[in-house]
Amino acid sequence: MGSGTHDRNAGLAMNVVGGSGGAPVPQEGYVLEARGLTKRYGSLLANKDVQFGVRRGEIVALLGENGAGKTTLMNMLFGMTAPDSGSVLIDGEAIRLQSPRDALALGIGMVHQHFMLVPPFTVAENIALGVEPSRRGMLDLGDLEAQITALGRRFGIDIDPRAFVKDLSVGQQQRVEIIKALYRGARVMILDEPTAVLTPQEADDLFKVLRGLAHEGTGIVFISHKLREVLDLAHRIVVMRRGAVAGEVLPRDASPESLASLMVGRDVLLRVEKAKSVPGKPMIVVRDLVVNDDRRVRAVDGVSLSVRTGEIVGVAGVQGNGQTELVEAITGLRTTQSGSFHLSDRDLTRATVRDRTDAGLAHIPEDRQRHGLVLPFTVEQNMILNRYYRAPFSRWLVMQAKAMRDQARDLVGRFDVRPANPEAPVGSLSGGNKQKVIIARELSRDVRALVAAQPTRGVDVGSIEFIHGALIAARDAGAAVLLVSAELDELLAVSDRIMVMFRGRIVGAVDSATASREDIGLMMAGGVSPEVESVTR
Amino acid sequence: MIGGLIPSLAIVTALLIGGVIIWASGPRLDGPWFGIWFVVEAYQALVEGAFGSRASTIDTVLRTVPYLFTGLAVMVGFRGGMFNIGAEGQLAVGALASAWVGFTVTSLPLIIHLPLVLLTGCLAGAIWGGIAGLLKARTGAHEVITTIMLNYVGGQLAAYLLNGVLRDRSPLNVIAQTPKVAETARLPDLIPGLHSGVILVIGVAVLVWFVLWKTTMGFELRMVGINPDAASYAGVNVVRRMTWAMGVSGLLAGLAGAVQVAGVNYRSTLGFNVGYGFDSIAIALLGRNTVSGVVLSSILFAALRTGATKLQFRTQISTDIISVIQALVLLMIAADQIIRWIYRIGPAQPEAVADATSTAAPVASSESGR
Amino acid sequence: MTRGRFAFIIGCIGLLIGGAEVLRSPDVSASIVAASMLATMLRFATPLTLGALAGLLCERSGVANIAIEGMMLSAAFGAFLGAAATKNLLIGVLAGMAVGVAMATLHAWLSVTLRVDQIVSGTVINIMAAGITGFLSTEVVRRQALVGAGLLPALRIPVLADLPVVGPVFQQQPIAWVALLLVPITHLVIFHTPWGLRLRSVGELPRAAHAAGINVIRTRYTAVMIGGAIAGIGGAYFTLESVPAFEPLMTNGRGFIALAALIFGGWTPAGAWAASLLFGAANALHINAQQFGIPVPAQIVGMFPYLLTIVILAGVIGRVSPPAAVGTPYEAD
Repeated sequence: MGSGTHDRNAGLAMNVVGGSGGAPVPQEGYVLEARGLTKRYGSLLANKDVQFGVRRGEIVALLGENGAGKTTLMNMLFGMTAPDSGSVLIDGEAIRLQSPRDALALGIGMVHQHFMLVPPFTVAENIALGVEPSRRGMLDLGDLEAQITALGRRFGIDIDPRAFVKDLSVGQQQRVEIIKALYRGARVMILDEPTAVLTPQEADDLFKVLRGLAHEGTGIVFISHKLREVLDLAHRIVVMRRGAVAGEVLPRDASPESLASLMVGRDVLLRVEKAKSVPGKPMIVVRDLVVNDDRRVRAVDGVSLSVRTGEIVGVAGVQGNGQTELVEAITGLRTTQSGSFHLSDRDLTRATVRDRTDAGLAHIPEDRQRHGLVLPFTVEQNMILNRYYRAPFSRWLVMQAKAMRDQARDLVGRFDVRPANPEAPVGSLSGGNKQKVIIARELSRDVRALVAAQPTRGVDVGSIEFIHGALIAARDAGAAVLLVSAELDELLAVSDRIMVMFRGRIVGAVDSATASREDIGLMMAGGVSPEVESVTR
Repeated sequence: MIGGLIPSLAIVTALLIGGVIIWASGPRLDGPWFGIWFVVEAYQALVEGAFGSRASTIDTVLRTVPYLFTGLAVMVGFRGGMFNIGAEGQLAVGALASAWVGFTVTSLPLIIHLPLVLLTGCLAGAIWGGIAGLLKARTGAHEVITTIMLNYVGGQLAAYLLNGVLRDRSPLNVIAQTPKVAETARLPDLIPGLHSGVILVIGVAVLVWFVLWKTTMGFELRMVGINPDAASYAGVNVVRRMTWAMGVSGLLAGLAGAVQVAGVNYRSTLGFNVGYGFDSIAIALLGRNTVSGVVLSSILFAALRTGATKLQFRTQISTDIISVIQALVLLMIAADQIIRWIYRIGPAQPEAVADATSTAAPVASSESGR
Repeated sequence: MTRGRFAFIIGCIGLLIGGAEVLRSPDVSASIVAASMLATMLRFATPLTLGALAGLLCERSGVANIAIEGMMLSAAFGAFLGAAATKNLLIGVLAGMAVGVAMATLHAWLSVTLRVDQIVSGTVINIMAAGITGFLSTEVVRRQALVGAGLLPALRIPVLADLPVVGPVFQQQPIAWVALLLVPITHLVIFHTPWGLRLRSVGELPRAAHAAGINVIRTRYTAVMIGGAIAGIGGAYFTLESVPAFEPLMTNGRGFIALAALIFGGWTPAGAWAASLLFGAANALHINAQQFGIPVPAQIVGMFPYLLTIVILAGVIGRVSPPAAVGTPYEAD
């Protein structure tokens, strides 16, 4: 299943312009190569006969949506999993990677999506892990610390080797990961979705570092699902779909639309069809809300916003700026320190979760496996997870099986949950269908306000379209919808207004029809755009 | 894959291994054949001792009662996501409290006195268990350790009271025990030697099944046991429900103590009714945390214990062999891969098992609960 | 392990000794009470310290260990058997260690390889230990009328052991000395050696350790087994230093108290040792109450260690967090 340009080895001059600063990449063979890699997990074929490679000094982007097989491929190249068939080659020689230790020894470094840093350890201890320098049996990190500082200076990364990782920002932690790979002598560096947790500014800094590394000869594999970044950074783009390579293009020959359709296999509408909103009275009203996180640190620092009936307000921001705590406070999963939350004119600041649900508040949680579903319970039990105590699902404290079954059958049909079996344990459903169960549950009753947090994370494209449609339908039925998302594209497509959160505060509000990505990106990073509207209504 | 296959195989395998141990401990005259005959005789004695005569069957049934109560107690705890190792202490305080009401109060008719005695046992057990539940829910203090600590505290408390204020002061009494409870505090017999606690425990088992699988409280409890975060989201008051779960668990164990007082000994004696703590865990796990499983397992364990005396009488093998067999059963249930490997059974289906392990409800609880 | 907590522990120990002084009957001298309390405290703290250190290694690698009780009980029996069979106390200690390692290996196999819930695994070990030692002690010991080889003799440090009041502190049996020595050794190993760094990484974030090339499974097995050996020494204390015989269930909950000491000590060797001393002091008061003529019922004093454990766990005296990965089996894909 391959289309597009696909040259394997030396022979064809690759005059790579555009992408990373115009420096041409030497046309040698691959430094790291995957030939015919196949990997199966039970009945799921995660990687099918994948051909992939990266050259010295080249930045290759590996693009694909969730579940396309990118991480599996990288895990095999890094020795974290073994392939079922096929081979991995370094400088043209086949190698067997039995663990990350082997990969590291051969010069393959990986910066994972979820950092592999031990929080209570210092930077030096983390970098030393596995190759600890010692003297007479005792740890001796003095030289290491000096080397770290030197490496950092060379690549423009400023890091204190004695700092504790748990005290570092996400961007800084990522830089520690890069230094860690460099210290181990990485000739190829694989980065898995590195900008997922960065502000646009931090992402730019990262790109500078990566271009510097490539210039010095490091081969870089950059995994992403963000089309624009990939076009901006890479020398060459490889697209994966459903476990196989769907195509390979040069940035100058591609556009976001062409990449998206390679990713999905058909033409994808990147914009959602929706009517103009007809907002009514304020429904979700938050005033000066202050909420602490688990470490008793202020996560929400005096936020005020209001969402009217019939409108969708999006909240943009890099994860970790208080959005999670804001949602938890509004939905009752977290206590507020001060400030208020009203649903229309009803004060629900101190209300229990159940009271809020009864008042007409629905919640699509960010972490669906943790908050939204009880995996071993059946679909039908999950469909009434927060309504089991009301008639007709229970009477005089006794649960009514027939009523539950009827409800489940109805919802499974209406919301197209597959497989359509109410008695299946919900854990056996795919991510998209799990999310549909949650949405069916939340939207199948009279909803006055809906809070949706990251509703399309980890969901296949078909279900994403469905979910967006459901949110808009809720809005058109008169609900006030608060949509929190880390995907700016989603916010721009779905919401009517967008607010930006940074360090626990709302730093800007724009109309999604007229907003510019640059302005929003600036606000997400803490800068203030001149056209900031007043946010207190 | 029937839910009962693994437990049954575990029992059989444990008995086989037990047989090997018996063979090794017995006389081995005239070569191996004689030794095997010895094992057969041993197990024969076991079965005879449990069900051989009317008296022994009654004994077995009587033993089943506290096992079933405490087994249900532990099961309820597990379903609520908590490991109740405190059945021992909860039973002890239940026995103490009910005996106290039993012998202190003398002027009530049976219709009032007996239920009062039993309820007191329930209350004492519920408090003893509820403390651990509240601590876990509020402070995260692991209930495994707190319940074990409470066992010891309960033991010391019992020793203190039974040697002190609750002690039988009559001149003929030389041991640490309460006076006998009034006639009106005793469970009437169904047939001579078999008290009506048997009916009570069956009724309680049905009630527990109903509450856990048919009511909203049970639904909440099971939700909390599998995923407390989702339960919060669903509007459940998790702290209250966890405390409630341990409270109910303790209540059942306390009731076990009360029934032993009201039906068997008619008093609370130091050192009696010991050993239900660990046995109840084995029973709950063997029964896969389902009511029918717990019922069957209690009968099994009661039979093993009752038969062990005859086994010892016939073969001189100490009754502790039963503890070894129990431990083996438990081992194989916990690591059911062992059974699967021995008998070449396929891996467990991912459904009701996958996310139930390692969070709260340990060891593959069967979801239907029947 | 904060200074506040340390101070609290010292304060409590002081309170206990002070309480003993205050409540003693006038016929018993103050210095005898103090000396007796100190020496007894150290002695009783021995199995607790060893148990806590065993648990420390285990839990620092990410494996929850509530089976310290079972490990020590079976090791106690093994030590007794070994010493009685060979009439050699040292062999007894080694036998105890071997049994401890065996039980620990079983725990590791269940929790690390088979990925059974670690609490269930620990409980299984405890039940097995109780059942098997109960059975064997009747079958083997009583049948063959095995008699213990006696107790390990005390080793004294010349000048220091002659000091008034604190003298008896410097005259302890070998296992007590071993426990004392293991505290700083464990500290050094865990916090200042490469192996210790790897161990802690496995206990905090095993996938990071894996990504760094460390074998998570092997590290956990090693830690649990070494812990088992230490628990084995702790078990040997019961039958070779405390009482020259084996009684069923003779550990009597001390394995769980050792676990509580570990938790209270913030999963550090020094902290665990200090907490063990506190429990030892409480136990010392309980045992000596009658001797000192203290008019508090023995059982009430006896409740103290257990109640204190509950209070500690409830975080009334401040919270500590365990190594982040404790309790979760590692799935190396």
